[in-house]
Amino acid sequence: MRYISEFRDPALAAALARAIRQDARPDRTYHFMEFCGGHTHAIFRYGVQDLMPPNVHFVHGPGCPVCVLPVRRLDDAIELAEWHDVILCTYGDMMRVPGTGRRSLIRAKADGADIRMVYSTQDALQIARDNPDRQVVFFAIGFETTTPPTAVAIKQAQAEGLRNFTVFCNHVLTPAAIGHILSSPDFAPGGPARIDGFLGPSHVSAVIGTQPYEAAARAYRKPVVIAGFEPLDVMQSVLMLIAQVNADRAEVENQYTRVVTRFGNRKAQALVAEVLELRDSFEWRGLGAVPDSALRIRDSFADFDAEQRFMVTEKQSREVKSCECPAVLRGVRKPTECKLFGATCTPDNPMGACMVSSEGACAAYYSYGRQRTPQDAA
Amino acid sequence: MSTVDMTHGGGGRAMAGLIRDLFQRHLSNPALDRGDDAALVTVPGQRLVMSTDGHVIAPLFFPGGDIGALSVHGTVNDLAMMGARPLYLTAGFILEEGFPLADLERIVWSMANAAREADVQVISGDTKVVERGKGDGVFITTTGIGVVAGGVDLSAHNVQPGQSVLVSGTMGDHGVAVLSKRENLTFETEILSDSAALHGLVADMLSAVPSLTMLRDPTRGGLAATLNEIATTAGVGIMLDEAQIPVAPDVAAACELLGLDPLNTANEGKLIAICPSQDAATLLDAMLLHPLGQNAAIIGTVTKDPAQLVQMKTSFGGTRIVDWLAGEQLPRIC
Repeated sequence: MRYISEFRDPALAAALARAIRQDARPDRTYHFMEFCGGHTHAIFRYGVQDLMPPNVHFVHGPGCPVCVLPVRRLDDAIELAEWHDVILCTYGDMMRVPGTGRRSLIRAKADGADIRMVYSTQDALQIARDNPDRQVVFFAIGFETTTPPTAVAIKQAQAEGLRNFTVFCNHVLTPAAIGHILSSPDFAPGGPARIDGFLGPSHVSAVIGTQPYEAAARAYRKPVVIAGFEPLDVMQSVLMLIAQVNADRAEVENQYTRVVTRFGNRKAQALVAEVLELRDSFEWRGLGAVPDSALRIRDSFADFDAEQRFMVTEKQSREVKSCECPAVLRGVRKPTECKLFGATCTPDNPMGACMVSSEGACAAYYSYGRQRTPQDAA
Repeated sequence: MSTVDMTHGGGGRAMAGLIRDLFQRHLSNPALDRGDDAALVTVPGQRLVMSTDGHVIAPLFFPGGDIGALSVHGTVNDLAMMGARPLYLTAGFILEEGFPLADLERIVWSMANAAREADVQVISGDTKVVERGKGDGVFITTTGIGVVAGGVDLSAHNVQPGQSVLVSGTMGDHGVAVLSKRENLTFETEILSDSAALHGLVADMLSAVPSLTMLRDPTRGGLAATLNEIATTAGVGIMLDEAQIPVAPDVAAACELLGLDPLNTANEGKLIAICPSQDAATLLDAMLLHPLGQNAAIIGTVTKDPAQLVQMKTSFGGTRIVDWLAGEQLPRIC
């Protein structure tokens, strides 16, 4: 497959592996957080870890949209579908995530709630057009990559005068999360975990550019390399991070130059800014409340905001007890260090979101890498 | 009479007419035409194989096939994987009220064609009609019987470490062809379903390599699910070589775009074969000579592995597990 296989070339991989082995100083270790689940999966799916020297470690970050959504918001979505008689449209990955009491959208659907799996916001809009007598709610989740399509859908609904379409907005922002992780005591000098640099988001950065990471890189003196999702992208980015660490630099560099620019896609940014605005604070699974880390629908588009149209009840939401998803998402625990991993928690019977999503770290470990001992997986 | 209505399942004249004018007309053979409650046939030999398979698919018509041909190929292939020569099928139709009769005729016509090509006869059938909204157009369940020559014993239970794993062609064609026509995911593609009857290929393989150990068709869940089933049944591991697994470029590209894996994607005209490693080259040659095995390849080896994992050396240079899929394959979000 042209233009893809070039980025999976085994000869180039071997050459990069040699360069990484050469540059990685034997007297130290390197801990790089790959922010995105897309990177985690590339690392496992192609066996990138096998090509790394033993002192280069990947720390898996929170960049899985399904995983970071707090249980409370999922419970709200289930309530919308069950008690407000709406058609709830959701991305498929969300269906099997367990909420409080291990209730999930897929169970609610089996019990009769009208929940439809969609591939895009456009599908949800079409469902609203086709069902003028029903309220249709789009369960919007995701980072900056999925945010512009949500903004577009809201604008389209307004232009068409669709009165039965709303969005339950849960969009979150990447740079805020990176800053939050770096400021946490987990990663402070002498803390329980270490990060020497970041493999920065690829698709997210196509929208926001590389500039938004500069503040965190400077403030916490950690290099960031925006990395593509192909395995060679990941390896080249590791090499770039090692060079920065060795030279004691902490800059934002861009490996994914074929897509990402410093300022990103300004048109998409303007669209998002027109429809959505910053929330003061938003809860992330694992990270807790993170200031300025999520978006809500502006008052001028309040008619399309499910949170304004439907009153969901206050509830006591709870994660599955002893599920380590929160610590896995913070990068302080490996999936294999969770008691439930592979025992009671498997992709067929997930206890936590990280085992459900195709971008979750636990799913990557289980589906691609459970043959490794915990040591080589580290 | 342009759509199915409840009278077509009512046991009266309308049902008799539908059976005579549509099913019997296309599927005609002496056993079926007698119209008795059951078909009376003589089966040569002593070793019978029998299998049943329910077919539900959306859309009913897809590039390279339809539910009619699929309902023949699916059951014929289940028999063929035992090394059998398929002889007879029965077919149960569950029709939804309101289903266009012209579409039903297309489906039955396609079934008849597939049966003729596979040299099997549909000798008995049943029709039921369910109310509108309680079905999905047409469901077809086919049951088949076939005969197996003495000495042929194909089973995953016989698989041993050291044996070779082969496939008869490119992986994932059917799944991608069907997906390309799902209502909310339509994309332009030339990819056709590989739906085909495999017993001719199997006969050639058995005559070239009588020591053939096992055959399985990787339908739902694709190569990954089927190899995991084999590993679990046989209590072995399997190590694949990604570079050797044939995937059509169009299928690879479609999967790439949608975030799907061709190894988890369904096939309806491909088989997995396992044989002693010293016979693998002979088996491969026999497969390559058959029109349905033109892209056959040796893709891996059976290993000793108490964990019974299917693993793969990636083209990239690492290794990974090739796992079952939990639930349906979903296009990625981000």
